[in-house]
Amino acid sequence: MRTKGWLRAHKWLLARRATQLGILALFLLGPWFGIWLVKGNLTSSLTLGVLPLTDPFVLAQSLAAGHLPYREALIGAGIVLAFYLLVGGRIYCAWVCPVNIVTDFAAWLRRRLGIKGGRAPDARLRLWLLAFVLVVAAVTGSLAWEWVNPVSMLHRGLIFGFGLAWGLVAGVFLYDLLVASRGWCGRICPMGAFYALLGTRALVRVSAGRRSACDDCMDCFAVCPEPQVIRPALKAIGQHHPLILDKDCTACGRCVDVCGKDVFRITTRFDRSES
Amino acid sequence: MRCGLCVRDCPYDTLKLAELGDNVATGTPYFEARKVPCEMCDDIPCVVACPTGALDRGLTDIEDARMGLAVLIDHETCLNYLGLRCDVCYRVCPVIDRAITLERFHNPRSDRHALFLPTVHSEHCTGCGKCEQACVLPDAAAIKVLPIALAQGSRAEHYLRGWEEREAAGGSLIGEQIELPVRGMEDQPYGDTRLRPDAPPAPAGLDSGWKP
Repeated sequence: MRTKGWLRAHKWLLARRATQLGILALFLLGPWFGIWLVKGNLTSSLTLGVLPLTDPFVLAQSLAAGHLPYREALIGAGIVLAFYLLVGGRIYCAWVCPVNIVTDFAAWLRRRLGIKGGRAPDARLRLWLLAFVLVVAAVTGSLAWEWVNPVSMLHRGLIFGFGLAWGLVAGVFLYDLLVASRGWCGRICPMGAFYALLGTRALVRVSAGRRSACDDCMDCFAVCPEPQVIRPALKAIGQHHPLILDKDCTACGRCVDVCGKDVFRITTRFDRSES
Repeated sequence: MRCGLCVRDCPYDTLKLAELGDNVATGTPYFEARKVPCEMCDDIPCVVACPTGALDRGLTDIEDARMGLAVLIDHETCLNYLGLRCDVCYRVCPVIDRAITLERFHNPRSDRHALFLPTVHSEHCTGCGKCEQACVLPDAAAIKVLPIALAQGSRAEHYLRGWEEREAAGGSLIGEQIELPVRGMEDQPYGDTRLRPDAPPAPAGLDSGWKP
């Protein structure tokens, strides 16, 4: 930050917060000010009375539960699915998901307070949980994860009212702060795992294009929510090109922000250039 | 999917999404009949808004809706059961005289008045909750909308109702029975035990057909 100045060292973070809060604001314009551009919530919504959008993860649960929704929900899920397939799966996590703000804050506070250790489950847990959720949906005939999903509960809570759902969000925050670094988004959330699987072939990628300038300060590893994705690209381990192609990369751009040597940039998966 | 689009399109702000800790599955739409009942819109905007089919678009006539079933659950506080003519639940019912009827019974306490008991008929009740909202009791209503599974018993299929069977078959299924004289009613046809045979007969069951 010393070399780049505060604004440049937070460029992508600010862009992300603006996107997250902007999307939330679109949903809140209706209930708060009576301006109904977008109705519903992230699970399923209707924009300007014509554009349906539906979360494909919830649709997958619905299909697993044996319920085929009406055309609007199918079209809506198709649009969202196409977007994340094309642009980047976990871009949802970093740029849209409201829980990201909570867990980013927990991670920041954890670094600030110097909290170390804790017990983090295996990162593959989220994939098992994803499969488990779909099986439970099939067995019970219900949207299984929506009984506990803090993502939909936080978003719905902000728009329609929380009840005790605050507790669940606070639980995620405390878990990430005290028990497991980046535990929720990086280890547990099956929704993130679902979007990660969507984004395996997606376009938008982070590249360590100026990796020759890297001075091993480790700032990117410290700030990255999925630090294991950096090494192959930065240190040319198991690959030659500098692209981060791991499906778990959320394209949050924090590595771009914090790197004093401008090693990283956000680009496309076809851009393998190096300088 | 708990998106709340039905809530947004409800013109009377009847529907709400359940919050965690409410007595309803979290995030699902519901309404509290005592506070804001369903106004039974003809165009059923909540059903039109639902993108998933959780609200079934097969429902095009709101009178076919079955949101629950009204039950006059408290006979001890209901004013009509006490012998008064409150009738408010009956009056506000959008399906008046079909979903709720007033049934006339003898009032044994005064022995000279009638009880007009509000009686719900599941065949017509939509569960809109107007009766529960309108009940004049100060806090909880005597008539409440309950989930249908909670409100109704299951009819024993093997148990035949003699009067229905007789009507369907055009006569008694078990043949005519031995006629024994009834003292004091020798002048009346067999089986007629009415004290005032000139009065018009009431049909069987609770639905007396009486209208105010």
